[in-house]
This record gives sequence, C-alpha cells and structure tokens, in this order.
Amino acid sequence: MTIPQDTAPPDRGRPEEIRAVAVRHPGRWVAVAVIAVLAAMLVHLLVSSKVLQWDVVGQIFTYQTVIAGLGRTLLLTVLGMVIGIVGGVLLAVMRLSHNPVLSGVSWLFIWVFRGTPLLVQLFFWFFLGALVPTIGLGIPFGPTFVSWSYNSLVGLFTAATLALGLNEAAYMAEIVRAGILSVDEGQTEAASSLGLTYGQSLWRIVLPQAMRVIIPPTGNEAISMLKNTSLVSAIALEDLTRAGQDIANRTLYEIPALVAISLWYLLLTSVMSVGQYYVERYYARGANRVLPETPWQKVRRNVLRLGRVGGAA
Amino acid sequence: MTVQPMVRAEQVHKSYGPVEVLKGIDLQVEQGQVFCLVGPSGSGKSTFLRCINHLEKINAGRLYVDGELVGYQERGGKLHELPDRVVAQKRRDIGMVFQRFNLFPHKTALENITEAPTQVKKLPKAQAREQAMELLNRVGLADKAGNYPSQLSGGQQQRVAIARALAMEPKLMLFDEPTSALDPELVGDVLDVMRGLAEDGMTMIVVTHEMGFAREVGDALVFMDEGVVVESGHPREVLTNPQHERTRAFLSKVL
Ligand SMILES: Nc1ncnc2c1ncn2[C@@H]1O[C@H](COP(=O)(O)OP(=O)(O)OP(=O)(O)O)[C@@H](O)[C@H]1O
Ligand SMILES: [Mg+2]
Repeated sequence: MTIPQDTAPPDRGRPEEIRAVAVRHPGRWVAVAVIAVLAAMLVHLLVSSKVLQWDVVGQIFTYQTVIAGLGRTLLLTVLGMVIGIVGGVLLAVMRLSHNPVLSGVSWLFIWVFRGTPLLVQLFFWFFLGALVPTIGLGIPFGPTFVSWSYNSLVGLFTAATLALGLNEAAYMAEIVRAGILSVDEGQTEAASSLGLTYGQSLWRIVLPQAMRVIIPPTGNEAISMLKNTSLVSAIALEDLTRAGQDIANRTLYEIPALVAISLWYLLLTSVMSVGQYYVERYYARGANRVLPETPWQKVRRNVLRLGRVGGAA
Repeated sequence: MTVQPMVRAEQVHKSYGPVEVLKGIDLQVEQGQVFCLVGPSGSGKSTFLRCINHLEKINAGRLYVDGELVGYQERGGKLHELPDRVVAQKRRDIGMVFQRFNLFPHKTALENITEAPTQVKKLPKAQAREQAMELLNRVGLADKAGNYPSQLSGGQQQRVAIARALAMEPKLMLFDEPTSALDPELVGDVLDVMRGLAEDGMTMIVVTHEMGFAREVGDALVFMDEGVVVESGHPREVLTNPQHERTRAFLSKVL
C-alpha cells in the first residue's frame, strides 16, 4: 500500500449544510390530542363546578388564620430541616468514627427514630411531660440546683420541632453517610499528606464533594418535611393544615378550604424545587466541564430552536 | 559534624492482617538525594512510601525521617503513639504526589495549592496566592490558575499536584509512580518538573518505571520484590549490570 506524500487533498471547499426531512412521530401527536381533551375536561370541571367556588378559595387562601398557620408550617419546616441536617451530619460522622461507642450510639439513634412512625414520635414528645415532669440541672443522681417544669419548657411548638427534627436527623444521617462514602479515599489521603487534620479534611475536602450526592435527596427530604409538618395538627398545633380544617369545620366549605391550602403547599414545594436546582448547580462546579444550564437558559434555547424549525418549514 | 540521613529504615515490617507486605526493609536516603524505588507490581513500593508519612502504621522495625521516629516517640525504652495532631504536623514536611493526582476537584488549580498553606500554616490569603502563582509559574501552568482539575489534562493535573505539595515547603518529596497514569507525550513535562526539583537539591523518593529518568537523575536505586530489598546501588550500575536474577528478569521486562 502506498500513501501519496506530496499531493494535497483537492480543495473541494466546505460541503453543503445538511437539510434532511425530520422523522415523523405520529404516535406523539395522538398522545398530545388525547391529553389535550382530558385537560380541557378537567379545566371545565374545575371552572364550572358548584362545589369548587373559586372566589371562596381565593378568600380562604389569604384568610388571616391560614396565613398564621402558613407561618408556623414554614417555621417548623425550617427548624426541622436545620435540626435534621446538623444532626444528620453529626450522626453520620459518629457512625463512620473508629470509636465503637460513638458509632454504636449513632446506630441506635437511627434504628429507633427511623423504625417508628413520625406520628408516634410526635405524641411521644407531646406526652413526655407526664414521664418527666421536671428537668433539673445538677449532679447525676445527686442534688439538683435548678429545675424547670417540662411542660413549660417544652411547649407544643418545641415538642413538634423536636419530633420533626430528630426524626429527620435519622434520615439525613444515612444520606450524609452515603455522600461521605462516595468521595474517593485518595482525597482524604491527599489532604492528610498535606498536613490537614481529620476535621479539616472532612469539613473542607470531603463534605463539599459529598454535597453533590447529598443535595438531591435532601431537597426531597425538605419537600417531605414541609408536607409532614401537617401531622402536627394531630397535637392541636395551628399549622396550615389545621387552619384549613378549622375553616372547613366552621363554614362547611370543605373542598375550597382543601384546595386553598393545597395551593399553598404546591406553591411552596415549587419554590423549593427551584432553590434545590440552583444549589445542585453550585455544588456541581468542578465536576462538570461546563455548568448545566439554568431553567431559564433551557427555555430560551428551546424557544430559539422552535423558532428555527418554524422558519425552516 | 555528620549529616543526618533524610530517611532511615531499619527492618521495617508491615502486614495487612495475615499478609506480610514489607518483610524487613533496610535502606537509607541521604539529604538531597534522588532515590529511585523500582520493582514489580505488588512488591510493596507504595506501601513503603505511605509508611514514611505515617499513612500506614508499621508493625515492626524502626523508621526515621530527618532523625525523628515516624509516628511514635521513644520514652523510657517504650514507644508511645503520637497524637493525631502531631502526626498531621509532621506530615507538613513531607510532600506526596500520587499516581492518580488526587487533586481536589471542587477547587481550582490555585485553590488546590493555597488550601494547605492557608489552613495548616495559617498563611494570609494574599501571600498564599502569590506563592501559589510562583509555583504555577515554576511548573509552567501560570495561565491555568483558574481551571478546575476536570479542565486540565492529566499531565497538567500532575504538575499542579506537585505544586500543591511544594507549597508546604517540604524537606522530602515522595512520588508514587507520578507518570504511570499519563499518556506518553505528557510524561516528559512532569519529568522535566521533577528534574528541576532535583537540580534545586530537593530530597526525593521516586517510585517509577521510567528507567531513563532513574538513570539520568537518580543518585541511588533500590530494586524491591515481594517486600524485600533485592538489590541497591547507583542507578547506572544496577540498570546496566544487575547482580541478581530477579532484578535481571524485571529489567528485561521494563527496559
Ligand atoms: N489496604 C490494604 N489491605 C490489604 N492488602 C493491601 C492493602 N494495600 C496494599 N495491599 C497489598 O499489599 C501488596 C503491596 O501493595 P503495594 O501497593 O505497596 O504494591 P506496589 O509495589 O506499589 O505495586 P504497584 O506497582 O502495582 O503500585 C499488594 O499485594 C497489595 O495487594
Ligand atoms: Mg503502587
């Protein structure tokens, strides 16, 4: 076989741009038609139904007790997640520790709090006052210096926060642990070889990388938490759900009340999903060569492409 | 005045469970030497390097770096384990470069280099950045300061890793097959940086299969097999005139 050395390839210029006829997808159009009909029926039902009075829904949506309940729901969600995340990191680090007592305690905690229903735990913290009437500060089994009554210290709200937060910590612990284990051992090794202590390497090298694995399930946890706070209505805490229930019982506008508070929950979970997206994007830096698009960039690109297709047709 | 050897190993043994990986290593690395460690896969080269900065604990024997026992303190004829904080402090003086680079992927090249000086030595940020830029310049990557490791080629990553280790101003550098994961055309850049370090008088222990580098830059060479030192001497002598059958068999495969 010979390869011609000195004859350059003939200059044919740039080939013509490909303009092929796109593949047709008739199945897709049938699906679109079916869905469009179903959607139209649903909208008709929602707008014309006598039970669903949109003006009433609107009134309940911004009713003062609903807004107050919304505030408590939000506060419980935030506090529950803060306790959950801090506790989860602590439990995960304990669980991975070489100290058998620490890892044992962590294992026990997770076993108990993941193995019992949240509602039961909620009642437990609520009724704990009966078991531990006072909390004292002193020498164990010796004299007590100061003491408080449990029920004055741990009110309804504190009991609810503890229940939600500690339960969440057990779940977060497993998420954080999986995240830490996902980071290559070479990272800790490199950090130690540079003289970083175990704590520094955990905090500055391992955890930030574990975030990529930790964030997506944590977003789901936060959304679950928002919805799980509705359980506190069982101990008569006036959250969003309870506020809606009260209006339903008082006025018999059951469906509008449920729709109004559902709209609140939907709005909040949507906002949280958007937040989750941006946090994920932040922690993806370094892992991808190019940062993923923001939703806005994605919409713009799709619109531009549609425009081009339309122009070509 | 006698000059302290940089590393002295006396009958170093290391086992993982029932498997003995190092079976009594004796060797001495002088100050300023480029000390090459060669041997077949699984012979314990990486393990020995990791023992030097106490990433692994040895089971028997004595290992000294710059005259001080690694990981322990001898008091009243007994060995006392050093607390983690002290072990971490001693590791600052020993730089390590890994086969798979192990750069921190969430930090830029510059941040990789400034991490240890700012966190461990508590150097002010501005000073650490200035030093890091000098080091990047030295490894020929001043224009890549803002790149994340995923945006660098293997050879560039390894040079950043060398700069990162140098930022702690170590007195000893350990290289564990620094070019084995690289495409052939990228090996030269990394070896050039190492050659520069050797010329500046850095004490280096280099595990490598690059016999050309060992011959040209090395001051001493040890051939290890199955956890023991089989043969040692000047690289040119060992490589051109090996005394042992095992050395000859190994060299015939890699040369
Ligand atoms: N953590 C560990 N647990 C159990 N065995 C191990 C461990 N680390 C290494 N070994 C074993 O110790 C032996 C020596 O390993 P080492 O990594 O030191 O070899 P090496 O000479 O560096 O080989 P290579 O050239 O392939 O890197 C191998 O047989 C390996 O399987
Ligand atoms: Mg090795």
